[in-house]
Amino acid sequence: MPTVKKMMYVNRRAPHGTGYALEGLEVVLIGTAFEQEVCMAFIGDGVYQIMQGQDTRAAGMKNFSPTYKALGDYDVTRLYVEQESLSERGLSVDDLMPLTYEDEDDDWAEKPSVQVIVRKELSQIMAAQDVLFNF
Amino acid sequence: MLHTVNKSPYCSDSLRLCISYAGKDDAVLLIEDGVYAAMCGGNSEAILQGAEVALYALWPDLQARGISEDKLVDGLKVVGYDGFVELAAKHSKVQSWL
Repeated sequence: MPTVKKMMYVNRRAPHGTGYALEGLEVVLIGTAFEQEVCMAFIGDGVYQIMQGQDTRAAGMKNFSPTYKALGDYDVTRLYVEQESLSERGLSVDDLMPLTYEDEDDDWAEKPSVQVIVRKELSQIMAAQDVLFNF
Repeated sequence: MLHTVNKSPYCSDSLRLCISYAGKDDAVLLIEDGVYAAMCGGNSEAILQGAEVALYALWPDLQARGISEDKLVDGLKVVGYDGFVELAAKHSKVQSWL
């Protein structure tokens, strides 16, 4: 039996100005093939990655924001968003995409993946991980 | 002079410096990740308060980031790529705060 590790992907960058967000998301999706215990954290400008209503057509860029909706199907069901980062930017959870997953242990009930938590709590979850990737 | 700022105000001091250097006949255009400063309610709003320059933001970049028109700071004008060209043509110099 291979060992299952707790892995956290920490997303700190805005989605479109650099390639970090898209590259990071691709690493998460590819990484799910290895069946590890994966979660994601969105802190700093990373909270902008999952903002609602992104429409990149006029800017002529790839809109990868709908891809975050697929995370639930890949068993990435815990998306931690830091409250302080939202507040600093004048955002609330209503500004974020309503990302969900289907809970196989609860008759496939649809549940929210996004959990808004404070920095102190997130740092404790971070400390409990085996592996951290920062994008 | 036309100033452009393309960095998030939360990750760079570009906007703060740009605003402090810009003269009253200048224009500041927020582009790319710079448009996050155009959103109201955030801490970066303080940087724009008291700025005497004409402030613009590029609409396609706002749209790409999910920033709707009802969330913009007061006194900011939204322009398209054509407006960007007009601003560049109107001012004798352009400074890009990268």
